[in-house]
Amino acid sequence: MKLVAEKRELSSRLFRISAPVISIFVALFVAGFLLLAAGVNPLQAYLEIFQESLGSIYGLSETLVKTTPLIFASLGVSLAFRMQIWNIGAEGQIYMGACGATAVALFSGIESHLLMITAMFLTAFLVGGLWAGVAGALRAVWRVNEVIVTLLMNYIAILGVDYLIYGPWKDPKGFNFPLTAQFSDAARLTEYFDTRLHSGFFLALFCALVLYLFMERTVWGYEIKVIGSNPKAARYAGMRTGLAIFAVLFLSGAIAGIAGFSEVAGLQHRLQHGISPGYGYTAIIIAWLAKRSALGVVIVSFLMGVLLVGGDSLQLSWQLPVAFAYAFQGLILFFLLASEFFIHNRVRLIRGERHA
Amino acid sequence: MLEILLDATVRAGTPILFATLGAIINERAGIINLGIEGLMLIGALAGFAGTQASGSLLVGVLAAFGAALLAGSVHGFITVQLRGNQIVSGLALTMFGIGTTALFGRSMVGLTIEGFERIAIPGLSRLPVVGKPFFNQDLLIYFSFLLVVAIAFFFYRTRWGLALRTVGENPAAADTCGVPVTLTRFLAVTVGSGIVGIGGAYLSLATTPMWIENMTAGRGWIAVALVIFASWSSYRALAGAYLFGGITAMQLRFQAMGTTISAHILQMLPYFFTILVLAISTIRLQKGASQQPEGLGQPYDREDRK
Repeated sequence: MKLVAEKRELSSRLFRISAPVISIFVALFVAGFLLLAAGVNPLQAYLEIFQESLGSIYGLSETLVKTTPLIFASLGVSLAFRMQIWNIGAEGQIYMGACGATAVALFSGIESHLLMITAMFLTAFLVGGLWAGVAGALRAVWRVNEVIVTLLMNYIAILGVDYLIYGPWKDPKGFNFPLTAQFSDAARLTEYFDTRLHSGFFLALFCALVLYLFMERTVWGYEIKVIGSNPKAARYAGMRTGLAIFAVLFLSGAIAGIAGFSEVAGLQHRLQHGISPGYGYTAIIIAWLAKRSALGVVIVSFLMGVLLVGGDSLQLSWQLPVAFAYAFQGLILFFLLASEFFIHNRVRLIRGERHA
Repeated sequence: MLEILLDATVRAGTPILFATLGAIINERAGIINLGIEGLMLIGALAGFAGTQASGSLLVGVLAAFGAALLAGSVHGFITVQLRGNQIVSGLALTMFGIGTTALFGRSMVGLTIEGFERIAIPGLSRLPVVGKPFFNQDLLIYFSFLLVVAIAFFFYRTRWGLALRTVGENPAAADTCGVPVTLTRFLAVTVGSGIVGIGGAYLSLATTPMWIENMTAGRGWIAVALVIFASWSSYRALAGAYLFGGITAMQLRFQAMGTTISAHILQMLPYFFTILVLAISTIRLQKGASQQPEGLGQPYDREDRK
């Protein structure tokens, strides 16, 4: 008896769509054993995750609050994915975007709300874009590996923000805590229903729509897809792949930078240590799970938001480390990759020796 | 002064050296492994826990090797047997490593062990300047010297080493010659991952004999970049790892001297230099003949053979 894998002629559509969902559930199952080994009752823990994140209006609003930066960052990462470019640096781009928005909020002196928010948004967009653009330029001109550059720049960005909030930008009235002064009212996004939900969430949905139209209805979007699926053909057709690589990484970082803007303007109202607890890394998973779809990004971001809010509450009630969410996300990816094998192959048990 | 700086260089470079060597074994067989950061953490925790439980440093190192090998085999299975995306699988491994070590390391926080101690090699350790930094060190550092030579010997002087390199350069040709491509690649990923784990264990058994959550702080990613700088050679990996050890040592020295430069800015230096060195070595590789294994990153499927 022998296990053999045979290629499927046509992959099952049902399986293709259900694979991410199945992966999440298998990951939940395996993570349950990790929790059990760490002395936590997994069923109780999972129940708590869903109760805390979906069981009340407040919980739901908190979930949407966490969904917001995830949508921005994942849209950025998935845009680069479409061209087979790996932007692993969304985390750093969020920090840089937040940094840019904060600079405007603290030092520009603009008094008009609309003008202030617009200036903060554009600065975050530009700073996030330029930060990723460094990796884009290195990749476009010298083919330097963008995975490593974008990732290492995360460390530099986070240390850079730390430098500012421990040093020159520290709030003089902040009792020496590493944070900047609070933003004026002009630099704050609107909040709704007495919760922390702010207009950044709707901006994120709008951004997803714009990106969808950009990819599906414009020539640029078409070029990105062609370059991603067949760079040789793209060059032959006269597309400027080098410029496109830079442009896509710039845009990718710029969109992740908006997440930073939305976090400081909508939620924190100041720049402080750890403004992103790893949204940029979670975004990579979301982008991969959502495959090519902007709607998929929104849905998966919400699912991850559920997990993050639930994870925060587990941290309080079971003293689970925040980083445990990573273990879970890693497991989802492992199972998703494994499931992709079964989408394209049929595994059968064959009796007797198989002749080659 | 130079002696102290060199000594700190070697000690700071050693974990990165192990990690780079492990990554080179992966990539020589054609598999990109971006899980190095996670594997180092797994090695660091397993090494510490093993030593803590048994009281033996050797058991700790073996536990680090074994745990990282096991974790690496997941990456191996997904990328080699299932031909999954190597970049995504590697990232998943890093996240898995960060998360599980945070979870299982909770009970290790605050515990202490007797770390590796220095053993002077008679004669050699009396050499001026290089004597103390290179020959008055701990056993793991001596082991890393051996490993550098052994890996070079293995790659270029043994049949198995040739098989491993062929599988990375041209798996279809290797298959035609009767080399078991899948098995060779899988073994390279797992054993390479195990060696990365020893690099992590160096941090928790020698650098600072304790467990700290996320104690690798990006060293795994520096190692991934160094593979390109080292152009997949173990000797050049040694040079690269010590280069970064040197930058770290100088940075610590600056801080100890009480400079006015912010510690945050100084801490950026290793990452900044890694990007710089990566860019320079990529440009150089393109000008000369590229050393990069031809089949790097490409899954092999016998059915697709041309």
